[in-house]
Amino acid sequence: MALKKYVATRLVTMFGVLMITLFLTVSLVGSNMDTILKQGVVFQVRGEITADPSIANSFSSTEEFEEFIQSQIDQRIETLGLDEPWYSPQRIGLTMYKILILDFGNATFLTSDAGSTDVKEIILEKLPRTILLFTTATIIISIIGIFLGTLSGSKVGSVLDRITSSFAIISSSFPVWWIGMLMIFLFAFVYQIFPARATPAIPPSDPDYVFSLLYHMALPVITIVLIGFGAWAYLVRNFMVGIMQEDFITSKRVMGISRKKIIYKHALKNAAPPIVTILALSLSGSLGGAIITEAVFDWPGMGRLYFEAITVMDLPIIIGATYILTVFFLISIFIADLLYGYFDPRIRTGQ
Amino acid sequence: MSISPQEIKGEFLKSKMGITGISILAILVIISFTAIIAIPSETFSEWNNPTNWISYPKIAIPGWVNLFMSEKIPEHKIIENPFETTETLGDISVISHQFAFNFNYDFFPNDFIYEFSAQYTGTPLLEIIVVRPDGLKLELLSTSLPKSDSLTVHKERIFSTDDSIRKNLSLQFEKFEFSLENLSAEDIVFSNTKTHHPLKGNYVYLINLYGIDTQNKISESKLIVGGKAFGIMGTDELRRDLAIGLLWGTPLALFIGIVVAIASVAMGLLYGVYAGYKGKKTDEVMMRFNDVIYALPALPFLIILSVTISNSIFVMIGFLTIFGWVGVAKVSRSMALQIKTRGYIDAAEMMGQKKSKIILRHIVPQLLPYAFASIAISVPAAITTEAGLSFLGLGDPSFPTWGQILHDANVFGAASRGLWWWIMPPGVMIAITGLAFVFIGNALDVIVNPKLKR
Repeated sequence: MALKKYVATRLVTMFGVLMITLFLTVSLVGSNMDTILKQGVVFQVRGEITADPSIANSFSSTEEFEEFIQSQIDQRIETLGLDEPWYSPQRIGLTMYKILILDFGNATFLTSDAGSTDVKEIILEKLPRTILLFTTATIIISIIGIFLGTLSGSKVGSVLDRITSSFAIISSSFPVWWIGMLMIFLFAFVYQIFPARATPAIPPSDPDYVFSLLYHMALPVITIVLIGFGAWAYLVRNFMVGIMQEDFITSKRVMGISRKKIIYKHALKNAAPPIVTILALSLSGSLGGAIITEAVFDWPGMGRLYFEAITVMDLPIIIGATYILTVFFLISIFIADLLYGYFDPRIRTGQ
Repeated sequence: MSISPQEIKGEFLKSKMGITGISILAILVIISFTAIIAIPSETFSEWNNPTNWISYPKIAIPGWVNLFMSEKIPEHKIIENPFETTETLGDISVISHQFAFNFNYDFFPNDFIYEFSAQYTGTPLLEIIVVRPDGLKLELLSTSLPKSDSLTVHKERIFSTDDSIRKNLSLQFEKFEFSLENLSAEDIVFSNTKTHHPLKGNYVYLINLYGIDTQNKISESKLIVGGKAFGIMGTDELRRDLAIGLLWGTPLALFIGIVVAIASVAMGLLYGVYAGYKGKKTDEVMMRFNDVIYALPALPFLIILSVTISNSIFVMIGFLTIFGWVGVAKVSRSMALQIKTRGYIDAAEMMGQKKSKIILRHIVPQLLPYAFASIAISVPAAITTEAGLSFLGLGDPSFPTWGQILHDANVFGAASRGLWWWIMPPGVMIAITGLAFVFIGNALDVIVNPKLKR
């Protein structure tokens, strides 16, 4: 029962966060968005009227014609509800509802590779690439981290342990994107092994596209792994150190079970819950970092889309991408919370 | 839980990590003060003004690289304060400026530029002659300045690419034993006469201004011999001296990091202690709010805020604080919950002391050691986040931060062009500054949380 209540409160909080994020985003970009929408209407109406020369010919003077266009624009703005200020409750409510059902409208400048200006299509095209890059990197990081952490945790004070700990501290204070620039310098300029730009040069329709994508992915993955695994190993090491001091491990040792078996079968099993929880959390954290990392490597994913959208102030994309990033962030926090609640007997039994 | 400041100091000085951290920090503080005193603040506000950097070279490698090179790269020379003489020959007055310098490199310079501002009447004659180490005298230019009947000030830059310089040099072809065709002025002036290789030694540039008015004057006289190496840190694509940017970045990074850390820890501490001490409904509501802020995706939000509201450094500090206090609040709350149950708090309550006084006098001081450790630990995050935002091009354009230098480097593709002196130093500085605080924080953490001692 307690677990259900815990899940319910979490869900409510998450939904609240989502709504607050939406509200904040909409109110921050609202006035700019309003101008863009109105300009869009003007452009559209003018286009429609000038497309038919007979309308222009039916007016005797340009003033009258202009007046007609203006009245048409005003009419269109009114039917769309744009005559009310953007901060009116109906407008904000409508905008939030539209975003909630993933209707982001059309992008102002950017297009997808296929040429579509629909924000949803653009995001759907970029999202899988970001997930591919960061999931791959996180899986590699966690495998190396768990292995290295277990090793150094079982030999506290050894050379390996000290190297791992200091590497963790040092690597965590380097910005990933800077290491990225160094990697480009090293592997794309000094030793020309990998391409500097991570965007594959061939179109997605080409059958070799997948291989090209994987080849271009190598440098970003190496960079993310290099910066990330130290901290992971350090965390796993600390869990292991704590567990290796527990009584049940000592008693297993007294029973004569081999050290290797104790470490990999019993200790690691008990360290698993917090590790899994952190795995879920670090996935969400890496998504936020994706914006800068992808900008460095020119990886054609969500992060670069976001970066490009900021540079040209493409608001529909900014809103859409923020929403999607938030949803992913919240889902992974929620999963982490659930796992934590599931593994923590105090929450499970309601104490 | 309660440790006296003396104990903390004693323990801290025993920790190698703490000492290293403090030493790095001390060096950074010294650099900051040097930057503030030595580099006038006008320079950094001119960081993004291209005209300020016009006499500097483009993407020049740091000067010290020559120490490790067998073939020396020409250093960029900006020669000011020439040796001045004024002579009068009958009606004619001659002002001459002499620029002497040593050219000791294995490659030709990029170019040379003579920059001056002359005050004159009439049409004075400007003559540029170079005297080379082998004694050869090359006439580069002999031109009259624009006619003026009244006293006027004329500013000009004469570039080595000037057509009349090329023409004058090709007229002196018999002095060289190789064809001068398609060679630029600097390739001829700095070349051996026998083969087309750089001639090392002392060169003298002679600038003569002939006029009939004795009031004639040359001021702001400057000779630039363009090279591919410059200063301690080199220059970037926009000709900016990277040493100045890096130096100025230090106080800025420290300022941003420390202010954000102190503000967010203070905020989180008070928030958490208040929630924990009050308890019940207040606690519940405050912690829910805390959860909400915790779950906001910080980076996208910071980006939107800086795009829509302002990218001023001071506003940015406020935004970073908003996302920084959450973790501290959670820990302070649970610590306050523990302290609340102690006898002396009950006693203070029974004596009828005000709640604010109990919080500030009896609970907060207990948390101070933890607060100091958290401040040190949150500085690197603040610095890297600001650097990251600047890297995306969202930094305050009136202050050159390390992140902005890296942003420009990325825009101009420095990494794939191999311009290591543009990308290495700013990142190293960010990392070193972060490390200093991580070391201090970890050392303090071990003292404050005895659980970590093993």
